Amino acid sequence: MLLGLYNYWIVVLLMMIGFYIVIAHGNLIKKLVGLTIFQTSVFIFYISMGNVDSGSAPILAEGVARYSNPLPHVLILTAIVVGIATTALGLALVVRIKESYGSIEEDEIQIQDQLTEDKTSC
Amino acid sequence: MNLSLELLLQLTIILPLLATLAIVATGKHPNLREAVTISFSLAVLFCVVNLYQGLSAGASIEVFWWQLLPGLEVSFVVEPLGMLFALIASFLWLITTLYAIGYMRGHGEDNQTRFYLCFALAISAVMGLAFSANLFTLFIFYEVLTLSTYPLVTHAGTEKAKQGGRVYLGILLGTSIAFFLLAIILTWFVAGTLDFTAGGVFGDNVDTTLAGVILVLFVFGIGKAAIMPFHRWLPAAMVAPTPVSALLHAVAVVKAGVFTILKVCVFIFGIELLPNLPTTEFLLYLAGASVLLASIVAMRQDNLKARLAYSTVSQLGYITIGALLATSSGVIGSSMHIATHAFGKITLFFCAGAILVATHKSKISEMRGLGFTMPVTMFAFFIASLSIIGVPPAGGTWSKWFLLMGTMETGYWVIMMVLMVSSLLNIAYLLPIPYHAFFPGKDHPAAKTGIKEAPMVSLVALSITTLGCLILFIYPQPLYELAKTILTVPGVSHAR
Amino acid sequence: MLAHLPILQVIVPLMAAPLCLFLNRSKLVWLFALLVSAFTCANSIFLLQQVMSSGTITYQLGGWDAPWGIEYRIDELNALLLLIISTIGTVVLFAAHTSIQKELAEDRHTLFYSLYLLSITGMFGIVSTGDLFNVFVFLEISSLSAYALIGLGKDRRALWAAYQYLIMGTIGATFILIGIGLLYQMTGTLNMADIASRLAEVNQTRTVFAAFVFLIVGVCLKLALFPLHLWLPNAYAYAPSIVTAFLAATATKVAVYLLIRLSFTIFGIEFSFSSLPLQNLFLVLGLVGIFAASTAAIYKTNVKHIFAYSSIAQVGYMIVGYAIQTPTGLMATLLHLFNHALMKSALFLALGAVVYRIGSAQLSQFQGLGRQMPLTMAAIVVAGLSLIGVPLTVGFVSKWYLLVAAVEVGMWPVAVLVLLGSLLAVIYIWRIVEIAYFKPPLPGREPVQEAPWTFLAPIWALVLANIYFGIDTRLSVQVAQAASQSLFGINP
Repeated sequence: MLLGLYNYWIVVLLMMIGFYIVIAHGNLIKKLVGLTIFQTSVFIFYISMGNVDSGSAPILAEGVARYSNPLPHVLILTAIVVGIATTALGLALVVRIKESYGSIEEDEIQIQDQLTEDKTSC
Repeated sequence: MNLSLELLLQLTIILPLLATLAIVATGKHPNLREAVTISFSLAVLFCVVNLYQGLSAGASIEVFWWQLLPGLEVSFVVEPLGMLFALIASFLWLITTLYAIGYMRGHGEDNQTRFYLCFALAISAVMGLAFSANLFTLFIFYEVLTLSTYPLVTHAGTEKAKQGGRVYLGILLGTSIAFFLLAIILTWFVAGTLDFTAGGVFGDNVDTTLAGVILVLFVFGIGKAAIMPFHRWLPAAMVAPTPVSALLHAVAVVKAGVFTILKVCVFIFGIELLPNLPTTEFLLYLAGASVLLASIVAMRQDNLKARLAYSTVSQLGYITIGALLATSSGVIGSSMHIATHAFGKITLFFCAGAILVATHKSKISEMRGLGFTMPVTMFAFFIASLSIIGVPPAGGTWSKWFLLMGTMETGYWVIMMVLMVSSLLNIAYLLPIPYHAFFPGKDHPAAKTGIKEAPMVSLVALSITTLGCLILFIYPQPLYELAKTILTVPGVSHAR
Repeated sequence: MLAHLPILQVIVPLMAAPLCLFLNRSKLVWLFALLVSAFTCANSIFLLQQVMSSGTITYQLGGWDAPWGIEYRIDELNALLLLIISTIGTVVLFAAHTSIQKELAEDRHTLFYSLYLLSITGMFGIVSTGDLFNVFVFLEISSLSAYALIGLGKDRRALWAAYQYLIMGTIGATFILIGIGLLYQMTGTLNMADIASRLAEVNQTRTVFAAFVFLIVGVCLKLALFPLHLWLPNAYAYAPSIVTAFLAATATKVAVYLLIRLSFTIFGIEFSFSSLPLQNLFLVLGLVGIFAASTAAIYKTNVKHIFAYSSIAQVGYMIVGYAIQTPTGLMATLLHLFNHALMKSALFLALGAVVYRIGSAQLSQFQGLGRQMPLTMAAIVVAGLSLIGVPLTVGFVSKWYLLVAAVEVGMWPVAVLVLLGSLLAVIYIWRIVEIAYFKPPLPGREPVQEAPWTFLAPIWALVLANIYFGIDTRLSVQVAQAASQSLFGINP
């Protein structure tokens, strides 16, 4: 029973890994990697969801009566595009951050921000 | 002139607003600006007097402006209590304007245009408040009054003024939002209406505990009535220029507070219901404590304005007591005290201001022997003190008389004692000032050179109000008649 | 033409966004964007009129019938939201040309406008679509453009704020995506109305619970509900002023809309409020949010931060109204949506004007501005009073309904806490007033001039709207009431 739903276990596992990386890592690139893994787990979730037992790929063919549900696949195409856009924007921001802060480590950036904060408030 | 009374009623509110525009427009020419202020205050007084005549002739005057939310409308009605308040406020606005001209110029204050502007705005709010036909309208103008007087309190712009302004706004806005608004919403929820109605809005079957809670919320929420422990704003507001202290913090703002309490007691709770509430007695004793404590604190103040401020706190307690007694003499006493205290206290403040302008002294201990250099001012101070104390030949006698009657009728002996003791305290903290002024004693040689009387306009103003104190004693009939009809009005009927 | 109004609302700004890139001259692009958003504004007024007179409008995208095709569905709630977004979007945009001249490099101007239009498109899309997956897509369109817009800020901290917002926002959106997937799994459809009708059979399953939780958490991240608000203050503080004014007035509102739509229309009131202790949870979070955020606002030294925290507090009020779950409570929330949009856009736009003149939003820099920029500061005072909830301003109207709603169901403590919360607003507003009016101008600074009219006109339009809708409440109350009643299934 539990193994029968192995696809969900994979999804949950990937999701947790991704989430953990986002939270635990201070490196901005690594965070983005985590975020992508996190999103990808959802893609897999959608794709596996569309599968119909012993269904074939949703391409019209002679002698095939059961097809997998194509809709989740289509949906997830959109989500993948969105995911790529997010990653691209995130990376672009990281590049700009590197240019202006000279670092892509969260703690170093925060220290620098703290310094500017102190400077402006006094 | 043949203006309809409804129009006049609206004009009392709109004219001061128009005055603000005119004041801004003429801001660069002080003479013109002050002429504008005076002519507008004359016009307002004219409207109010006409309204008074209309009311005496038995006309019913109502105006509806608009409906904000279903059941919440902005509308006005003329009834005796509001009439009384409006008469006092509009008359004293005129006098104070005269006085302010002398004071502000004599004292060389900055930002005089802003001063006159906010002043006119405050008067507009007072007029709206006086003629409110329901609690909601009253609340709006109550808040407008708070906000428009804030710049006057902080007028000097110093650190101390800002501090005072903070306390002022904090207490007045704070109590009104946290308690007053809540009380209004509860009233609306319980009674389904906010209209001022003769005999109250709650009906016979109301839960007295709940109504008692609402009463407490009202009394605390109306911070302008300065019942302890929410009185701190009043001494704090004394950083304002003296005309402001005189009109707003002896007359308009504080009287707006006790006026609201009276309105709530008479027209929201009704004097039938009020004595049956479990909290009324507690509030009476609280007000009594406020009277006594404030008098004691007043004795220890050396700053004249601070002493007068605490004296005001104490006198406001009288009015609240009268309202909470919920008998006809209590209500009459309270409403008459609004008038007599107004004249008495404004005179005292005028005197304090006159002394400040002429001698730059604000400490009582420095005022020995001033009677010889400023005889008019000091004599006026003496008469006004008598009025506050409540002895002949000044108007305060009558109102205190009715208040004492009220306590006797209801058998609150403790409260009666409080009022008597407080009157003695009044003597102790007010009379020494004119006494030492005229009889400085041997150690304090009188008549230093260089000190003259205050500017002429200021003297005229304070003479008029002193005269008012005397007239109120000799000829209190119209005032009494007006106060008497408060409880007998057929009520605030509504056309819609 | 009239039948196509719902789609025009979305498609016009979407098409216009890339066109901006071709125009390539700052002023020209500005006029073009202004024209487009003015069009959407007029369009949304038409829509609202139509909805109020003849009921819900549906539109089948591409002629495919729902539930197969994507359906656009405008009822009172959607129409109200569309009106808010398009009006604020237009009014704020009016000042954009002046503002970004000082805050953005010349070559970024075209990009700015095209991102702005994309962001507004996304919001329109979320609000008008009746298809759940479409919501996700538009959510990402508006969010991605918002991240980029924030990243345009002059201060380098804007980049860091945008990055943080991107991470948080993406997590939120992915949660929503998971929720949508689970719902699709259970019902086999993405059309909101269709899901709602099919959900009744399966709503006791664990999957539907999971879907509900994922969706709610995702939306709460987007609407910056305390304690999921961490992304908001810096994003608002360092973004270009125009972006802040626009986002503060609209972005969280759209998320509140989603919350209402999800819990009322899709899951149904009964399920939403009985399956989880949502009422208590939201009441507590809303109230704690009001107090925590207002207190934080009191201690901030950057005025943009002050108002950003105040926004979080205001979201708390909306959530409290929502959690009371009576028609009056929901009405209070909807009114506050509308009213808060008016206040905050006015406030942030006025801040934008200050930044335009003095180049900083530090509170200490505000010294003496009361005299040097009288109209701008007066606008801040009036909008601030509205934020406090003084009568005759819009703030009073929504607070009144919120209190009435709380009292109606006997939640006295809530009513008291809401009132106390507005006292905190008095404090942070008055800190600004004191410094602006009672301190002399900073020594050694050139005398500051009043803001240019391109700023003053939209600011005062919004301020006057604050007063107008505080006095004549018919329109806003009527629409909010109709929307709330239809959500509760009451026929007026």
